[in-house]
Amino acid sequence: MLLFILRRLFAGAVLLFVIGSVTFFLLNLSGQDPVRQILGQAASATVAEGKRHELGLDQPVLARYGEWISEVVTGNLGTSWFNNQPVTSLLAQTIPVTMSLVLGAILITSFLGAALGVLAAVRGGVVDRVLQILSTLFYAIPSFLVSLVLVLVLAVQLGVLPATGFVPFGNSPGGWLTSITLPVVSLALGATSSVALQVRGSMIDVLEQDYVRTLRARGLSTRSILYRHALRNASPPAVTTLSLIFIVLISGAVIVEKVFNIPGIGTQANLAAAQGDLPVVLGVVLVTVTMVVLVNLLLDLVQGWLNPKVRVA
Amino acid sequence: MSENTSSGAAAPLLADEANVARYGLFHRLLRDPVAVISAVILAIVVLAAVFAPLLTNQDPVQNKLADSLAPPFTAAHPLGADSVGRDVLAQLLYGARTSLIGAVIVVVVCMGLGVPAGILAGYFRGWIDSTGSWISNALMSLPAIVVLLVVLARVGRSTPLALAVFGILIAPAAFQLIRGSVRAVREELYIDAARVSGLSNARIMGRHVLPVVIAPSIIQGSQFAAAGIGIEAGIAFLGLGTSDHASWGLMLNDASQNIFVAPSLIVWPTIAIVTTIMVFTLLGNSVRDALTGTTTNKKRRSMGARVLTGGSSTSAASREVAQQASPLGPTSRTTDALLVVEGLKITYAAQDRADKTVVHDVSLSLRKGEILGLVGESGSGKSQTAFAVLGLLPGAARMNATSLIFNGQELPKLSSEQWNNLRGRQIGYIPQEPMSNLDPSYRIGFQLTEPMRHHLQLSKTAARQEALRLLARVGISDPQRVFDSYPHEISGGMAQRVLIAGAVSCNPELLIADEPTTALDVTVQAEVLDLIRDLQSERHMAVLLVTHNFGVVADLCDQVAVMQAGRIVEAASALELFANPRHEYTRMLLDSTMENAPSRRQMALSQWQGSDTQTMNQDAIS
Repeated sequence: MLLFILRRLFAGAVLLFVIGSVTFFLLNLSGQDPVRQILGQAASATVAEGKRHELGLDQPVLARYGEWISEVVTGNLGTSWFNNQPVTSLLAQTIPVTMSLVLGAILITSFLGAALGVLAAVRGGVVDRVLQILSTLFYAIPSFLVSLVLVLVLAVQLGVLPATGFVPFGNSPGGWLTSITLPVVSLALGATSSVALQVRGSMIDVLEQDYVRTLRARGLSTRSILYRHALRNASPPAVTTLSLIFIVLISGAVIVEKVFNIPGIGTQANLAAAQGDLPVVLGVVLVTVTMVVLVNLLLDLVQGWLNPKVRVA
Repeated sequence: MSENTSSGAAAPLLADEANVARYGLFHRLLRDPVAVISAVILAIVVLAAVFAPLLTNQDPVQNKLADSLAPPFTAAHPLGADSVGRDVLAQLLYGARTSLIGAVIVVVVCMGLGVPAGILAGYFRGWIDSTGSWISNALMSLPAIVVLLVVLARVGRSTPLALAVFGILIAPAAFQLIRGSVRAVREELYIDAARVSGLSNARIMGRHVLPVVIAPSIIQGSQFAAAGIGIEAGIAFLGLGTSDHASWGLMLNDASQNIFVAPSLIVWPTIAIVTTIMVFTLLGNSVRDALTGTTTNKKRRSMGARVLTGGSSTSAASREVAQQASPLGPTSRTTDALLVVEGLKITYAAQDRADKTVVHDVSLSLRKGEILGLVGESGSGKSQTAFAVLGLLPGAARMNATSLIFNGQELPKLSSEQWNNLRGRQIGYIPQEPMSNLDPSYRIGFQLTEPMRHHLQLSKTAARQEALRLLARVGISDPQRVFDSYPHEISGGMAQRVLIAGAVSCNPELLIADEPTTALDVTVQAEVLDLIRDLQSERHMAVLLVTHNFGVVADLCDQVAVMQAGRIVEAASALELFANPRHEYTRMLLDSTMENAPSRRQMALSQWQGSDTQTMNQDAIS
C-alpha cells in the first residue's frame, strides 16, 4: 500500500518535472520581451537593462532554469514580477477559493450523479429518458454558459442569490455559502450528467449479474442490494470519470470565476497571463498539476477500496 | 481471401461497423428525424456564416456609441445593439464564422494528431505505444485553460492559436479511442494473414486498419466540434481571443457585463451556442446509433428495471382461471404439502416476435422434508420454474398460475417486503455457478452475516460466530481464513460451500438448488451432494433440486419430475421412475446418463431433437 502510494507520488513528481520544464522553456524562449511588458515601451534602455538584471533575465536560459529548479524543489516558487509578493503566498490566497468551488462541485457530482444514475437504471422509462436528454444537453454546454443563464434567472430576474462576488468563509459562513452556490451548481451540472450516465450504464450491467439475483434470493432489502452491493460494484468506472472531471472542472472554474468575479486561481492566472507575470503563471501550472496528481492518487485509493481485485498489497 | 469475408469472420463487430458505414449509414440517418433536423440546422448555421455579408450590412465589430444598447426590432438593428453599439444580428452571423472555423481548427488538430498516433501506437505497439500513451496521459492531466493561459501569456491574444492548443490537449481522447480500435483489429487473424502474404505495413493499414477507425473518428469528431464551439466561446469570453473578430463568446462577455442593464443580450448568443453544440452532439449520437442500433439500449433498460419491482413480477401477474390441472402433476398429495404449484405458465414478451412461452402448465408439489428432483435438459424450463417459486423471474417475464402456495401463503399476492421476508428466511437458494454468485466487492464473512443479521436480528458477534460455525459445518477446514477472504481468493468448490452455508443460514424450510454441482470438479461434486443430503436430513428441509443429471437424482431425490420443453412429462417417486420409466423422453435421458453404454435408444435421439415438442407432449400424455 505504502509502496503503491510512493510509486504513484514518484510518477507524479516526474510528470510535474516534465510539465514544469516544458512550461518554463515555453515561457522563456519565445514571445514578447517581459521587461518591456512590465515597464512599457516608454522606459529608457538603462532602466530596462536594470530591470532585466534585477529579474535575472540577462542570464542564459539554462542557468535560469537550473536556478528555478533548485528553488522549486525547496518549495520556493519565486516572486511576482509585478507586485513583488512571493508566488506561494499569492497562490495560498487563491487556491482555497478555487478548490472550494471545484471540490463542492465534485461532491455534488458524486452524490447526485450516483443517485440519478441509479434511479435511471432502476426505474427506466420516463426518468431514464429525461436523464438522457438532460445529460446530452449539460454534457455539451460549457459551464460558463450555464452559469450565465443561472445568473440571469436566479440572480437578475428572481434575485434569490447574489450575481457576483465572493465572501470568504471566515467573514461570514452564510455569505460564503450563498456566494459559491451558483458557481458550484453551474460547474456541477455538466459533471453530474456525465457521472449519472456512467453510473446508469454500469448499474444496468451489474443488476444483471448472477450475484444480484442471489442477494435477492437471500431476502435482503432492496436498499441494501441497490446501494450497498450493486452501486459499489457499479462505481469504479464512475470514479475514473471523476478523475477526468476534476481536470475539466479546474478549467471550468477558471471561466466561471470570471462570470462571478471570484478571486480564485483562474482570475489570478488570467491576470498574470495578460501581464506576462511568468513566475505566477509557472506557479499556477505547477500547483494545478500537483492537485491533479494528488486527486488522481486519492481516486486510485478509492478505486482500490471499491474493488478488492485491484487492491494493492 | 477477400476483405469482407475475412473480416466478417474474424472481427464481426468492427467489420460490421465499417460495412454499415460504407453502405447503409446514409439511409439510416435519413430515417432518423433527430439526424435530419440537426443536419438542417447545421446547414442553416453554415449558410448564415458563409453569406453573412449578404444578410446584414452592419459591421459586427464597429463600435458606434450612439447606438449603445439600441433596442431590437428597428430597421438598423433587427436584434438590437450591444453596449458599444455593435449590431447583435451582425455579430451573430459573423460570429458563426468564428465558431465554425474554431470547430474546424479543433477537429483538424486533434484528429490530425490523435488518429495517426493512435493507429501507429495500436499497430506497432512496443515503444511507440508506451511513448504515445505517456504523452497522452501527461496531456490529459493538464487543465486546458491553464495551458492556454501559459501559451497566450507569451504569444498574446490569438483565437486560432488557442484553439490549436486546445486541439492538442484533447488529442489524447482521439488517440486512446483509435489506439483501442486498432489494437482490437491488430489481434485478428486476417491481419496476420495479410502480413504473411507479404503486404507492406502501409498497405495493411490502408486496407484493413483505416476502415475500422473511420466510424469512431466520425463520432468522436462531432463531439470535438461541439467542444470546439464551446471553447472558442470560452476563450473569447475570457478576453483571450483575437479581439477584432465577431464571436459569440465576445457577445456573452459584453452581455455579462451589462447583465443588469440589458439582460436580453445574453439570449441570442446563448441560443446560437447551445443550438450549434447540440446539433453537433446529436449528429454524432445519431451516427453512433445508426452504426450500432438503438434497440439494445431499450432492451437493457427493461432488464435493469427489475430490482426495485421486487417480487412484483409474480404479484402483479394475473392469475388465470384454472384450465385443467395437469394429470402429471403430483397433485394428489397436496394435503400436507409445503409447496404447491399448479398450472404455472411463464411467458417472455419478445419485441418483434410473438411472445415466447417457456413454461406451460407446470404443476408440482413438495412435502416438508422431501427432496424433489426437477430434471430436464437445458432450456426445458426447470430453472425458470424454480425462479418463479423464488419470485425472481426477470422483469421481462410474465407469470400465471392457478395456484402457487408456499407454507399456506399465496405467493403471487405477496408484497415485495413480504417476499423479502420469505426469501432467505424460509426459502434458501443455492445457485449453479459459484464464482459469479458472490458479490466480488465484499468479504465472504460479510456476505454470510448480512442476511442473518437482517432476518434473525443477530448481533454482529453472534452472526459472526454463527457464520464461522456454518463454514465449519459445510466442510471448510479453515473457517476464519475463508470468512476473511474475498470471493476471488477462494476456489470454486469452496465458493459453492459458502453459498450452501448462506442458503441454509437462516434455517429455511425449503431449499431450492439450481444445478448445484454442475460447475464443479467431479471430485467436489460428490462431496457437495453429500453435504446437501446431510444438511437436509439434519434440518429436515424440503429440497427442490433442479438438475439435468440423473446420477444426482438417484443419489438424493425422493420424488422426480421430468421436464421437457416447458412441460412436466413424467412425475413419480424416484424408485418407481428408475425402475419403470414410462415416458420415452425419460427413458432417453436415463440412457444418455449411463456412461459408455451404447443404446439403441440413442438412435431415437436425433428424431427427438428435430421433431415438434408440442406433438411429443401430446403423445406422452395420451
